[in-house]
Amino acid sequence: MSAGGNTLVPVSRSELLRRLRRHLPPDAVVEDRESQRPFECDALTLYRELPLLVVLPETVDQVQTILRECHALGVPVVARGSGTGLCAGSMPHPEGVLLGLSRLDRILEIDPLARTARVQPGVSNLAISGAAAAHGLYYAPDPSSQIACSIGGNVAENSGGVHCLKYGLTVHNLLSLELLTVEGERLTVGTQGLESPGYDLLALLTGSEGLLGIVVEATVRLLPCPETAQVVMAGFGSVSAAGDAVGAVIAAGIIPAGLEMMDRLAIQAAEDFAGAGYPRDAAALLLCEVDGTREEVAEHSERVAALFRELGATSVAVSRDEAERALLWKGRKSAFPAVGRLAPDYYCMDGTIPRGQVSRVLGEISRLSGEYGLAVANVFHAGDGNLHPLILYDASDPGQVRKAEAFGARILELSVAVGGCITGEHGVGLEKLQQMPSQFTEAELLQLEEIKYAFDPRLTLNPGKGVPILRRCQEYRALPARHRHE
Amino acid sequence: MNDRTEALVEAVVSARREGRPLYISAGGSKRNLAGRDCTATPLDVSTHTGVVDYHPGELVVTARAGTPLAELEKILEQHGQALPCEPPGFDGRATIGGTLACNLSGPARPWAGSVRDLVLGVQLINGRGELLNFGGQVMKNVAGYDVSRLQAGALGTLGILTRISLKVLPRPEQSLSLAYDLALPEALVTMNRRAGEPAPLAGACWVAGRLYLRLAGSPGAVAHTAGRWGGERLGDDAAVWASLRELTHPFFDGPEPLWRFSVNPTAPMAGEWGPMLVDWCGAQRWLRGAQDPARLQAAATQAGGHVCLFRGGDRSGEVRQPADPVSRRLQLRLKQAFDPDGILNPGRLYSWL
Repeated sequence: MSAGGNTLVPVSRSELLRRLRRHLPPDAVVEDRESQRPFECDALTLYRELPLLVVLPETVDQVQTILRECHALGVPVVARGSGTGLCAGSMPHPEGVLLGLSRLDRILEIDPLARTARVQPGVSNLAISGAAAAHGLYYAPDPSSQIACSIGGNVAENSGGVHCLKYGLTVHNLLSLELLTVEGERLTVGTQGLESPGYDLLALLTGSEGLLGIVVEATVRLLPCPETAQVVMAGFGSVSAAGDAVGAVIAAGIIPAGLEMMDRLAIQAAEDFAGAGYPRDAAALLLCEVDGTREEVAEHSERVAALFRELGATSVAVSRDEAERALLWKGRKSAFPAVGRLAPDYYCMDGTIPRGQVSRVLGEISRLSGEYGLAVANVFHAGDGNLHPLILYDASDPGQVRKAEAFGARILELSVAVGGCITGEHGVGLEKLQQMPSQFTEAELLQLEEIKYAFDPRLTLNPGKGVPILRRCQEYRALPARHRHE
Repeated sequence: MNDRTEALVEAVVSARREGRPLYISAGGSKRNLAGRDCTATPLDVSTHTGVVDYHPGELVVTARAGTPLAELEKILEQHGQALPCEPPGFDGRATIGGTLACNLSGPARPWAGSVRDLVLGVQLINGRGELLNFGGQVMKNVAGYDVSRLQAGALGTLGILTRISLKVLPRPEQSLSLAYDLALPEALVTMNRRAGEPAPLAGACWVAGRLYLRLAGSPGAVAHTAGRWGGERLGDDAAVWASLRELTHPFFDGPEPLWRFSVNPTAPMAGEWGPMLVDWCGAQRWLRGAQDPARLQAAATQAGGHVCLFRGGDRSGEVRQPADPVSRRLQLRLKQAFDPDGILNPGRLYSWL
């Protein structure tokens, strides 16, 4: 029947409730529909679903018990951190338990000499840097939701941010994880050193979207806070000129801490919102941050500004102090909500492309924008090639929703066609499942499926997300039908 | 002519049909390193060579797995770039495939990452003889599981690597090394304290009573930090780093067993161990001589890591610390997911894998 060899027993909601209540405090089980509402979706609100139950454990032992009970009953488990994800990766399963890990929110240890932080999965990304600051250290990956997003969710999605080119993704800044398997067994993955003894399960688990196990603790690397940082801002008359300038910075041997590009609509929206002093008439804007020691930053910001001028920048400004630097970033960091004011809703895409293709890709997106009759603003992590087109639409108009989804799918397919991928940092989740075959062959998808089976033979961890299940899909589809509800 | 992909796929298909396991080899530089002895039929991938794609402006290079590191590095050098993880070239015999399979890195590892951290995508042949691509040629890619990084350190037991895309970086503008006479306990504290300062640190090792620190980056930053940190200046071509990278330092001479500890960089590991060399800011410690594996493993666990019989000694037994039962079960299932008949490098990583 199932790959695990155990036949699933039909389970009622009341039986599941009875079993979980034995182990959990009363307020850790959310059963009424209204209280479950806040958990029905992540930040991609297009996709919503209510689970059988929401559980909010406070200890690792409780998580372990929940997993054991769900495993015994064959009940799907969907893990959720802060719910800031953008791919419906933590959208609940209608027949399953939504495992909210937000109450596991303790920073367990900061080791300033070894430069590590040991934290529970519900700790927010920014809280780690906050706790490390007293030692002159910080946690480098900084997704734009860093105030709220949890480290557990960062591990699940392999989150990036604006500083990836220089400081890497989550996978580069992790040392070890405490993992619970679908059976509820505990395992330490990784070490306090730098090498894994056997297979690099740490790499495999990072970005696995809660499909392979549940992270109940993470040890992350901390870096020394740079002595100083400076932002060089430049406006350009065309996207291609800005793209060339990005290439020139890299060719000059400078690896900026952050290198961001915005197109005209994004510039104007951000400037209206933040008043950061962006050139409203520019077709493209670059923000290039250099960090390091004072000498290094002075050398590099001067060279970057000179390069931008040589390459035809219509305006160049260099931040003179921390306040100016913060203001220049404020515009960029508020670009999403700023664009959000232009239309009732926006749909944020996440393809990655080779940097050199940016001009071609933005040209094609502009053409598609006309074809679908929906405006689009582009925000681009130019340093690492991660493009975030924001498609403007009205969610109350079903026709526009369909158009936005179709437009988004075309953008992802375009990303693959130019040598990139369908998701740089937001994950596949439910949202991009249909685009997986545009990036992978059937044999590749089957290989990914085999990996899933290796960790979760009965497919109960976050089922229906991340990796399309081809081979045994009929068995999987039959699974929910075996459950009975009141 | 250098593309042997089809022949390699055919070799796996027939090996599987005949139930004949394969031992993947190219330059042979790591035959007696890192893993256990493998007695399967050798499959030579050394003729599958060549850089197939290189865009300096994208910081990405793609090469066939049998490409010698030396050849790859020469091409990168022409554009002022390098593999920042400083993998050993082993007299020109090391290939990029073997380097990823063994995940070997040089002294820059704690700052620049390992090959595992640089790999963006791989093409591989799994044990079913299927040619598969994972990852790609872009810096960020979270579609599907990270099969590319999973190959790092898997010693070829999950697939025959055929093509690899890596992130490359500009070479540092300038470097400078500093040396200090210090006993090991003080050296460990000093190197880790320095690593917590905002400075262009790019190497920290201790050998024979000397602590060496390497600075690499913009000239101003290097000069300023060197002025602040003092010590004896060794210039930018300090031989110690190359001798760590290539294992040519006199410490590595001779046939005695060579053990590699991967531990918490600050762990004191007090006790009489025999000659030790510390690299990676304390996270990698080398030990020579006949030792009791159980005692070393207990010490490694205590220090937050593990130990490997890296070279020499009995390579027919386990060379790695035993995996706990849950980890062992997951690793076995992963192996079966890629290589259900166990024909790729059987026993190379663990006797049971």
